[in-house]
Amino acid sequence: MQDNAPVSRESDGKDLFSKFDPIIKMREDLLSSGVEDPFNLVMEQVLSPTRAICNGRETILLGTYNYMGMTFDPDVVDAGKQALSDFGTGTTGSRVLNGTYQGHKDVEDALKEFYAMDHAMVFSTGYQANLGIISTIAGKGDYIVLDIDSHASIYDGCKMGDAEIVPFKHNDIEAMEKRLKRIPEGAGILVVLEGVYSMLGDVAPLKEMVAIAKRHGAMVLVDEAHSMGFIGENGRGVVEAQGVIDEVDFIIGTFSKSVGTVGGFCVSNHPKFEIMRLVCRPYTFTASLPPSVVATAATSIRKLMHGSDKRAHLWENSKRLHAGLKALGFKLGTETAESAIIAVIMPDLGQGAAMWEALLKEGLYVNLARPPATPGNMTLLRCSLCAEHTTEEVKTILDIFEAAGKKVGII
Amino acid sequence: MDRAAVDARIRELIEPFNKKGITITEDTSFANDLEFDSLTVMDFVAEIEDAFDIIISMNQQAEIERYGQLVDAVHKMQAAS
Repeated sequence: MQDNAPVSRESDGKDLFSKFDPIIKMREDLLSSGVEDPFNLVMEQVLSPTRAICNGRETILLGTYNYMGMTFDPDVVDAGKQALSDFGTGTTGSRVLNGTYQGHKDVEDALKEFYAMDHAMVFSTGYQANLGIISTIAGKGDYIVLDIDSHASIYDGCKMGDAEIVPFKHNDIEAMEKRLKRIPEGAGILVVLEGVYSMLGDVAPLKEMVAIAKRHGAMVLVDEAHSMGFIGENGRGVVEAQGVIDEVDFIIGTFSKSVGTVGGFCVSNHPKFEIMRLVCRPYTFTASLPPSVVATAATSIRKLMHGSDKRAHLWENSKRLHAGLKALGFKLGTETAESAIIAVIMPDLGQGAAMWEALLKEGLYVNLARPPATPGNMTLLRCSLCAEHTTEEVKTILDIFEAAGKKVGII
Repeated sequence: MDRAAVDARIRELIEPFNKKGITITEDTSFANDLEFDSLTVMDFVAEIEDAFDIIISMNQQAEIERYGQLVDAVHKMQAAS
């Protein structure tokens, strides 16, 4: 026996992937019940913001976050085509090197106009906007106080930085204030909130929370991903609807919902904000958005400024769907419609997946959300409405829910 | 408050979370023995924070796996505050 022979590991089938065994098993159990895979849907054709051919069937889309239906807007599509012809397919570079084109400046100008703020910084995704801003501004010795139900990108931003992370119970004003009171004198504090929480579609009490945060000397960041273009008089989000937009320090948003393309941003009035472009790594060390994407985003954002009729129709849709589902006997995430997300609470994952499949077979797509991504380990069918859904479509959606709910035995 | 007093108070607080009524020792693991999931951890931590008027950040929570470590951490924090 050679002493210097490589040591082979105990071959009990364990390797670095063994930690994923529980989730592999959960998935296998679900699929072995014979349901269509809820996380492997392919849209073969997309006909409009509200219709697609999914797994061979024409389907009403009710789970796309395409709130304002801008994805097929002719002006937006034309702007993208023009930029594709004029500037090519991609920038092949970072924003701080060769990746800032006229279109990137233009979309940042559109955001400044939209929010009436001094500074706007565009990231390649919404995820990176949270990751970059949070991890960069809150450093060692600082404290981040955040809602426990915050989005993964917020948690990942916290984890990437060196600040102390202090979560509080969802939307609990008192729990937030207690934690702020206990933070050592002189420490820097960032309070991170969301306007609309995407799992249940509920809205934060920002008016009270922002006032308390400011009283404790904190800076406030609000993620308005699920409210842009729709909530508030000018579509600036829950901060606008609740009258605190001038008190918050940073608003984070995305192009991948109401704007209808992909990308993320932060807007701010902080006088030193521009330095973020040099110190924020998820902004610097990645390629910028393609010219066609920023052109569609800029055109879409400027159109959203004048979208009050669409906003009114989307609210009608949301209220109609909420009231209809409630009348059918479904358990919902909120008492009334608070946003364009209506979450239907399922008894468990098995019945949730069965219901999801029944809806799909009847021609309706919704999002299936399951633990651990959900609060309280709930299984949810998340419906997100679009301003382009007609009143008749909402009626059809309710009919499909009724048929599927009876078939699965949930109502 | 000395360590024994902190220990006694935390034993009171953990009671409603100890669903299976297991005997708690210094070595009892929150994840494996008490089978705390993330929601239970949040509620339990909030109880302790309120009782001792301290903050146990997520960073600190990540270092605490066993009951004895929690008592040590809380004892140290409440002495400092």
